[in-house]
Amino acid sequence: MDIQTLTYILVGLSFALYIGIAIWARAGSTSEFYVAGGGVPPIANGMATAADWMSAASFISMAGIISFAGYDGSVYLMGWTGGYVLLALCLAPYLRKFGKFTVPDFIGDRYYSQTARTIAVVCAIFVSFTYVAGQMRGVGVVFSRFLEVPVTTGVIVGMVIVFFYAVLGGMKGITYTQVAQYCVLIFAFMVPAIFISLLMTGNPFPQLGFGGSVESGGYLLDKLDGLSTELGFAQYTEGSKPMIDVFFITAALMVGTAGLPHVIVRFFTVPSVAGARKSAGWALIFIAILYTTAPAVAAFARVNMINTINGEDGAGTLYSQAPSWISNWEKTGLIKWEDKNNDGRMFYAADGRNEMKIDRDIMVLANPEIAKLPNWVVALVAAGGLAAALSTAAGLLLVISTSISHDLLKRNLMPNITDKQELLFARMGAAVAVIVAGYLGINPPGFVAQVVAFAFGLAASSFFPAIILGIFHKRMNKEGALSGMIVGITFTAAYIIYFKFINPAANVSDNWWFGISPEGIGTLGMIFNFVVAFAVHKVTGDAPDEVQDVVESIRYPKGSGAATAH
Amino acid sequence: MSFETKEHAKQYWRENVKLMLTLLAIWFAVSYGAGILLVDALNEIRLFGFKLGFWFAQQGSIYTFIVLIFVYVRKMNALDRKYNVHED
Repeated sequence: MDIQTLTYILVGLSFALYIGIAIWARAGSTSEFYVAGGGVPPIANGMATAADWMSAASFISMAGIISFAGYDGSVYLMGWTGGYVLLALCLAPYLRKFGKFTVPDFIGDRYYSQTARTIAVVCAIFVSFTYVAGQMRGVGVVFSRFLEVPVTTGVIVGMVIVFFYAVLGGMKGITYTQVAQYCVLIFAFMVPAIFISLLMTGNPFPQLGFGGSVESGGYLLDKLDGLSTELGFAQYTEGSKPMIDVFFITAALMVGTAGLPHVIVRFFTVPSVAGARKSAGWALIFIAILYTTAPAVAAFARVNMINTINGEDGAGTLYSQAPSWISNWEKTGLIKWEDKNNDGRMFYAADGRNEMKIDRDIMVLANPEIAKLPNWVVALVAAGGLAAALSTAAGLLLVISTSISHDLLKRNLMPNITDKQELLFARMGAAVAVIVAGYLGINPPGFVAQVVAFAFGLAASSFFPAIILGIFHKRMNKEGALSGMIVGITFTAAYIIYFKFINPAANVSDNWWFGISPEGIGTLGMIFNFVVAFAVHKVTGDAPDEVQDVVESIRYPKGSGAATAH
Repeated sequence: MSFETKEHAKQYWRENVKLMLTLLAIWFAVSYGAGILLVDALNEIRLFGFKLGFWFAQQGSIYTFIVLIFVYVRKMNALDRKYNVHED
């Protein structure tokens, strides 16, 4: 069977599965809609969290980025896993004990302030929309390449599916669908990785094959370092970013991860405080399976790609003899070849000899073809990419709809609506959010890629310090937390907007403060947030006693009870 | 609150914070320490085909993170029982 037929079959089967689960797990109350009734077992919640977290970017782009960046790509590996340690140790158990539905709930109640709640809602909605547009775009790319339908059709199909289970099932439907999506995506990621590891190093574990030796003798990474240097790149295992920037980007991603509303809300869905701790551990295990494999895939793909294009002898492969994946991907514009020296051969290098333009996003999607794996493996990758994009999109849409129906309407504008009405508003919110996200996926504003730094920077510089202080600094008051958040967000946003939008030409390390790129500036914003919060608290006095009592009570696990609205 | 005395509650919280800070120190050491600040020095040491610093940055730190969370889960469950504040 050809790749396209197989892809239709596999993608169709996976979609049927998701819809089946959605019908089985409909939500009947706001509690089920928002937090799945607070009754999801830790392992299932861990899997759902992992699928929620691993987006189209983790599945499709990350290994590709590492493949091109080598050691510098480590910032994503450590950043997007290390945040779970912060979540498990510093946030999840306490927020679970607090027992509300959303992050703005916590911020608003802990700092006894509607203003704080409103700032948090706006941040949560902005961060989530930024993210969800990227997911829809990922859905479109997978559809257009593998099913050869226009991007628009692909996005609409994706919207219909997400609409169906997010609007119908709420958190309950999403959680159980995500468990299935995790299985699909991890299987789709691991199968080609194991195949390639076996082919190249004889070791079935990519994590070990990564440090193993290749057939022609010598260690894989040594060979890759050698190839890189020969072709004018930095050594693969050394990288080229300055250390301070690597440090700050890693920190911004870690802290940002721990501050992202769609991640935090997962820990409201487990039955107990002990469950919240454990479920963060399970989530990280499920995430780590992909995150420890990705750098191995990156290295394998790099060696394979260079050898295919430049030839084993390094003289360049004749274009007329190029494998079919090159022409397949040329059609999408993600690979370009320009025969500069007119020898009819392709050549890839960092210097003047280079004749190739290769988009890093294709590394995972094209990898099975590059390694000449069977057609069903290629089709599987398409289903996996879709699972990753859809699961994350659904989680984000839920945060958006909850923010609107619960934080904005119920807790702010229309406190008297009934549970039923609130549920209706939540469903309407989800529906509107799906449509807006789909629109952004079809007509991506040019800045989608740019704003990802924004999402993490904002989460790191606003939510994280406010939540940490809310738990560990009993006397912290609303004046301190609010001014900290405002300074943190304003500084971070100004820095990113300046370098990314107002004056992108100046976005080089010479102009950065202390050599910190816009991707890492959220860390500095977070530090400013803490400093300002402490300073303002010093001159404005302590939080009221009843608030301090609440903080005291979330520190002890007994009697977490069901997640409740009031 | 279900602690026997206020002093117990304070002690529970102190032990909790101490455990958290210890584990966070390890968290910092493997990622920011071994994976970033000391990466060049550690890269002189080999672990099979890996340079050690590179291994910490792309593999070792992630494995350590998992262990840290499960150590925390175990120790906190024990602490909850010790002070009789466990749920069930």
